[in-house]
Amino acid sequence: MNSLIKYISENYSNIIFLTWEHILIVLIALFFAIMIGVPIGIFITKYENLAKKVINIANIFMTIPSIALFGIMLPLLSPFNLGLGKVPAVIALVLYSQLPIIRNTYVAIKNVNPAIVDAAKGTGLSRWRLLKEIEAPLAIPVIIAGVRTASVMSIGITAIAAYIGAGGLGVLIDQGISRYYTEMVVTGAIMVSILAIFVDGFMAALERISTPKGVILGRKLGK
Amino acid sequence: MIVNFLGKVKKFIVFVIFVLIGVYLEKIGFFDYITDPYEYPYILRLLKQHVVMVAVSMSLATITGVVVGIILTRPKFSKFSGIVMYIVGLGQTIPSLAVLALSLSVLGIGFKPAVFALYIYSVLPIARNTLAGILSVPPEIKDAAKGTGLSNMRILFEIEIPYSMSVIITGFRVALVINIGTAALGYIIGAGGLGELIFTGISLMDTKMLLAGAIPATLLALFGDFLCELASFILVPKGLRTSSKTN
Repeated sequence: MNSLIKYISENYSNIIFLTWEHILIVLIALFFAIMIGVPIGIFITKYENLAKKVINIANIFMTIPSIALFGIMLPLLSPFNLGLGKVPAVIALVLYSQLPIIRNTYVAIKNVNPAIVDAAKGTGLSRWRLLKEIEAPLAIPVIIAGVRTASVMSIGITAIAAYIGAGGLGVLIDQGISRYYTEMVVTGAIMVSILAIFVDGFMAALERISTPKGVILGRKLGK
Repeated sequence: MIVNFLGKVKKFIVFVIFVLIGVYLEKIGFFDYITDPYEYPYILRLLKQHVVMVAVSMSLATITGVVVGIILTRPKFSKFSGIVMYIVGLGQTIPSLAVLALSLSVLGIGFKPAVFALYIYSVLPIARNTLAGILSVPPEIKDAAKGTGLSNMRILFEIEIPYSMSVIITGFRVALVINIGTAALGYIIGAGGLGELIFTGISLMDTKMLLAGAIPATLLALFGDFLCELASFILVPKGLRTSSKTN
């Protein structure tokens, strides 16, 4: 335990740098994943057959072990000199994040009660205001729940991406194991876990805040 | 007519993609590599190691997870279910590599620490889904069973478990897929498995070697996923087989 504290106090600048690198990779990937996933999720609510196919394909991507996906992408991307490093890591994270984001967007939009939409139309809301004041507030908490799953998963996969040279906290685990330096391994593992738990809590709070008060009240009354 | 034509075009495109993949694999010498008399016993041995790692950890995890899940639904212990589920949720947030690394720092290098890490990581979804599945059994069904004079044991085995089977299998499926993926990381703590080919292939930039690990690992995961689908088709009672295809 003492040696662990000694290691951390001697290397804290490196640890902070790696943590920041880790967060950065996840943030960039989530940005692209949301930009791609949410429009697809909204689009497929109009086409039932397509929805099943898209979700099934995203499901298959989830099944592929992450290190295997890195391995498969390596020869595909190396002609462009992008086989190793942050680019394949971000691409893999975007692919893995599609399932939770697409599925939750799809479910969120599908679950907006048509009676509420009808009532809103009846009061004469325009299409834009209907989206802004009824559909979006009801759907956004569910979409955020999908982003939450995706972000926690991304933090875990980024740790593995250290093995293809993407950097991040996985570097501590990778190098610590090679050097048989237990303090380094434990620091990496604990930091990554704390990061994941912290982000999970943060997203859960965001989910709660974004839920309209009426919906929470409705749930309570429903019980 | 047009739909038919489009269907044919789609099939043709899929066919062309498969042919291109085959040509590519042939070009990098993948098929020569996996059929090499010195290499294929090695690949098979790693595959076997991988399967054993998954099978041992999954069978232990299934037993523990289902038993813990059932115990937590019994009236005596139900007050702990909230706290246990909270811990399980927290545990699932921890990245798989971190679990492996922590297992390494406590138990050292080798096959056993890897199996232990996989076991711990797989118990969580199975226990959670067992608990959630049994809690979702409508009380009126249990009441009806009680009314016909079934004992608690028979209610458990004849009503609660069959009713929650599809949810339990979903938990098993999640655990299995994660387990196969994490077992590929077992190599870095010295447990062998298909990860050995992937990691060595990446280090040496040897495409055929890393694909010889990555392709079987992916197929294994897809096969496990398929087996679970099959299992849910067989094990879920007929009356409850709704459209569970879309999750």
